[in-house]
Amino acid sequence: MTRFLYEIAYARSGDKGSSANIGVIAKDSDSYALLVKLLTEERVAAHFKGLHPKRVIRYELPNLYAFNFVLEGVLDGGGSRSLRLDSQGKTLGQALLLMKI
Amino acid sequence: MKKIKIGNAQAFWGDRTVAPGILARQVPNLDYLTLDYLAEVSLSIMAIQREKDPSLGYAKDFLNVVESLIPLWKNGSKLKVICNAGGLNPEGCAKACIQLLSDAGLEEIKIGVISGDDVLQHIQSSPHRFINMESGEKADTISDSIVTANAYLGAEPLVEALKKGAQIVITGRIADPSLTVAPCMAEFGWSWDALDKIAAATIAGHVIECGTQATGGFSTEWLTIPHPENIGFPVVEVFEDGSFVVTKPENTGGAVTVETVKEQLLYEIGDPDNYLSPDITASFLSLTVEQEGVNRVRIKGAKGKPPTKKYKVSATYRDGFRADALLAVYGKDAAAKARRSGEIVIERVAQCGFKLERHLIECLGCGDIVPGVASSSPVEVVLRIAVADERKEAIECFSKEIAPLITSGPQGITGYTSGRPKVRPIFAYWPTLIDKGLVTPKVEVIAL
Repeated sequence: MTRFLYEIAYARSGDKGSSANIGVIAKDSDSYALLVKLLTEERVAAHFKGLHPKRVIRYELPNLYAFNFVLEGVLDGGGSRSLRLDSQGKTLGQALLLMKI
Repeated sequence: MKKIKIGNAQAFWGDRTVAPGILARQVPNLDYLTLDYLAEVSLSIMAIQREKDPSLGYAKDFLNVVESLIPLWKNGSKLKVICNAGGLNPEGCAKACIQLLSDAGLEEIKIGVISGDDVLQHIQSSPHRFINMESGEKADTISDSIVTANAYLGAEPLVEALKKGAQIVITGRIADPSLTVAPCMAEFGWSWDALDKIAAATIAGHVIECGTQATGGFSTEWLTIPHPENIGFPVVEVFEDGSFVVTKPENTGGAVTVETVKEQLLYEIGDPDNYLSPDITASFLSLTVEQEGVNRVRIKGAKGKPPTKKYKVSATYRDGFRADALLAVYGKDAAAKARRSGEIVIERVAQCGFKLERHLIECLGCGDIVPGVASSSPVEVVLRIAVADERKEAIECFSKEIAPLITSGPQGITGYTSGRPKVRPIFAYWPTLIDKGLVTPKVEVIAL
C-alpha cells in the first residue's frame, strides 16, 4: 500500500556546518517498526540525490520512535557561503516527508 | 522538590525584540531568562562594526531588552537574564547596560561579563596547529582572510558570575545549552560529577534555545497550532533531580506537545548518543518524553559522559562577495522563460569580462528549493539567481544586469521593485577545535 511518509511521521531539519540533519519521528510504534525496515540510508540518499550528499548516516532513537539522518556535505559550504535559497537546510524535513513509502 | 523556571525569549538575532519583555510579564515568577544572539556569521558582522568604532561589536538590540525589563526590576522582580549579546565586546555591552540601569536608579544590579572566547590570536600565531573539522585543511589556508575565531565556552564561568551575585550575565560566544546549565548549577549546587543531571540541563537548554521552535513554531503540523499570532515562548521547569517540564505561559498561542518537543529535540543534532557540549557529552537514547498536562511535557532519563577536552571553535574568513536577485514570471512556459532569463544574465556578465566563479539559478515554484524531490510547471514562478566571486566588480556588474531583463526579457516578467541587488561580503565558516587548556575564560562582575 503506497503512502507518503507524512502520513506516518513528523520531521524537522537543520544545519550542522556543511551537513544537514533530518529528525524523523514516527507517529506510533507500528509506524516506527515499518520505518526501521523501509526508511534506510540508501532510500534517503536516493531521495536527495539532487543535492549530492557525500554520505547519509541513520541514527536510531527507539525510545522516541525516531531517527536522525545526517546528510553529509549537502549544504555546499553552509550558511553564508552556499548560494542555495535554503542554505540552512530548513526545508529538507518537509522534502523527506514527501517520500512515497 | 526545588525547581527553577528558565525561559527563552530569543532564538536568534532577528527574533521578536518585544518577546523578552512580554515573556517576563506573562510569567512573573520566572527565575531566569535566556537570549541567544549569535548565529555563525553574527560575529563577523560585529567585527566590521568594531573596526569602525571600538566601542561597538555587540548586539545593541539587547539594550532595548534591558529597557523593557527596567520597570519590572524597579517593581522588585528578581528576574535574572543570561545572554550572549556581548559578541566581540562583552565589556562594551555591559558598560552600556550599566548606564541604562543607573539612569533608571537601579545601581544595585550587578552585571557578569564573560570573555576569553576570542581565540583569533592563537590561530593567527600557530595556524598549522588548527585543522578544519570538515575539509581537513590547516588554518594556513585562511591566514590572510581570517576575520574572527571564537571558542564555544561552557557554563562554568557563568556559574561563577551568578554565584558572585550577577543579575545580568553577558557573554561572547558560548554553547547555547550552557545558558540553561549555568542557572541549574548555581541554584541546585550540583557537582560537576553529576553527569546525568548536567546532561539533563543541557538537553533542556537545547529544547528552549530556539525559542518558539519548542512551542509549535517550525513544526510539521503547524496549520493545527492554535493562535500562532500570539505564540508563547518556552519555559522549562527544571527539578533538582534533573527531570524537567517544557511549557509555555497561559493565554498564549502555540502548543507544547510530545510531537513539537520531539521535533525540537532532534533539531541540529548529530549522533544522538553523543551530543557534544563543552559541559558534557549527553545521550538522548534513554530519554522519555511524556505529555503531563495541557501544554506540559516532561522529559526524564538523560545520561551524561564527561565532556571532550577541546572547545569547538567557529572561525570566519572573507571569501569574496555575493548577490542574489529575484524576479517573477507569469504565463505560459513561465518556468522555461525564467530559466532562460537567468542564463542570459550570467552570459551578459561574462560578456562584460567577468566569468563568475559560482552561480546558481533556481526556479521557485518548480520545486528547485530541493532539487529532484518534486517538480511542477506552475503558471507563475520566481526566478532566483545567486552569484559569488572573489572580485567585487564582478558582483557589481551582475547587480546591474537584472533590471535590463524588464525590457529585453520575456513578457510576463515582473517584480523589479527593490532596486539593484545588494553586493555583500561573504564571511565563510571554518570550524575547528582548540585544547581547553589553551583558553582562559574571564569572569568580571561589575556594578556602578
